[in-house]
Amino acid sequence: MATTFEVKNLDFYYGDFQALEDINVEIEGSTITAFIGPSGCGKSTFLRCLNRMNDLIPETRVEGLITLDGRDIYTNETDLVDLRRRVGMIFQQPNPFPMSIYDNVAYGPRLHGSPSKSELDGIVETTLKQAALWKEVKDKLNSLALSLSGGQQQRLCIARVLAVNPEVVLMDEPASAIDPTSTQKIEDLMAELKERFSIIIVTHNMQQAARVSDHTAFFMADDTGKANLIEFGNTDQIFTNPKDERTESYITGRFG
Amino acid sequence: MRKGIDVFMTLLLYTAALSSCLVLFVILGFIFTKGVGQVSPAFILGFPRGLNAEGGIFPTIVASFYATAVAMTVVTPIGIGAAIYLSEYATGGRIVRLIRFGADTLASVPSIVFGLFGLALFVNFLHLGWSMLSGGLTLAVMALPIIMRTAEEAILAVPRSYREASFALGATKWQTIRRAVIPAAAPRILTGIILGTGRAFGETAVVLFTAGVSINLPVLLTDPGRTMTSHLYILATEGISLPTAYGTALLLIAIVLAFNYLARKLATKVR
Repeated sequence: MATTFEVKNLDFYYGDFQALEDINVEIEGSTITAFIGPSGCGKSTFLRCLNRMNDLIPETRVEGLITLDGRDIYTNETDLVDLRRRVGMIFQQPNPFPMSIYDNVAYGPRLHGSPSKSELDGIVETTLKQAALWKEVKDKLNSLALSLSGGQQQRLCIARVLAVNPEVVLMDEPASAIDPTSTQKIEDLMAELKERFSIIIVTHNMQQAARVSDHTAFFMADDTGKANLIEFGNTDQIFTNPKDERTESYITGRFG
Repeated sequence: MRKGIDVFMTLLLYTAALSSCLVLFVILGFIFTKGVGQVSPAFILGFPRGLNAEGGIFPTIVASFYATAVAMTVVTPIGIGAAIYLSEYATGGRIVRLIRFGADTLASVPSIVFGLFGLALFVNFLHLGWSMLSGGLTLAVMALPIIMRTAEEAILAVPRSYREASFALGATKWQTIRRAVIPAAAPRILTGIILGTGRAFGETAVVLFTAGVSINLPVLLTDPGRTMTSHLYILATEGISLPTAYGTALLLIAIVLAFNYLARKLATKVR
């Protein structure tokens, strides 16, 4: 599968405040792309433009063009349900619903159809296995999801996204609120999952970006808070031979 | 000397704080000692005899539950619907402030005024007569702000992250409300409903005006019926039988406290 995002001249505003300025990038399918940059550099904001999650925040505005497989996702006719099913999202704080583990995974499939009990059982088992959580929860699928540890909850959220068969998964600092062992598990998971869909991950952790991603985008905000995409390229090149001196300063730890 | 004042003030404030508890226990103790001799299976399940001083109070218990059930059946969907609109759809501004102001004002209207209103609208104008329906509908009007505001607070307390998770999975707004927001808010909403039920059950003026005072076992919605509260009022004010009044009061307070206990238990379970 090669679901591709193409972004042209993207500006983004919170009210009067411009948060993103003139972003241009093409993100290919079947890869892991990392967004890095200092805090407040707009990388999460940009990520949330890609599945239109920013629509939920009042008085936000997008200018420019984002296409998914050549189709503009910011038209009035855009089917948001379809867009968000194709472009899944994992949040910084694990956010399972206050219901059972089973019902969390079944949430998406139930939204998009009326699967039978046996179909659901199958989906729940497969996706929990893919999310490397099955062994830990297979005997307590009816327990409350909130009884799991933070790392387990995040893997449950991954299973929940997998259950709707996304083509791209956006991850907004998925490992920043969980322990190192769980982080390790999630990173291993990403390497396996990119066979099935592309992943775009926002991370504060440069080692993580270097370890898991194929491409890296470096964002930075100017003095007025407007963020720009400073450099985009293969992860190896960005980390070993950055073209922009600001990228180099950042990855060598001189600021941020 | 200064130390003496300190100790004195501490004791004084302590007593003040204790007084609410004290009053409760005095009332409960008083009703209990006066009423406990009356309460028996025959009192709970029997029909009144003679001048209503003897026998049981079964029809009034049925009437109380009946009118309350009618009220809650009507008010729960309206209250929750209003709460969903206010918290999820309304985009602030004058209308929302007006609705909230209306609900808050409604909550502070004296119950006897609701009774009068119910008498004018349901009993007379709509020709529903003194009936379980008239009583229940008037109680519903009275309970509306309680249900609406507690449900609204319950929905607003649902973390945004649940909504985001649902939308991100491709849910529509209504799917998100129905499948993620309402289930998460349900325990608190239920707490509000139970509290409202307790209020409606213990309400007197409203049902005295609208449900009637005849002692019969209400079956149809159009049947009148004397609730426990009306019964208590009539027994005591007309000097018919104080012991029966205390027995009724004891049962009434037990039922209302049970509702409150249930609500409290549910509320702590959520946390």
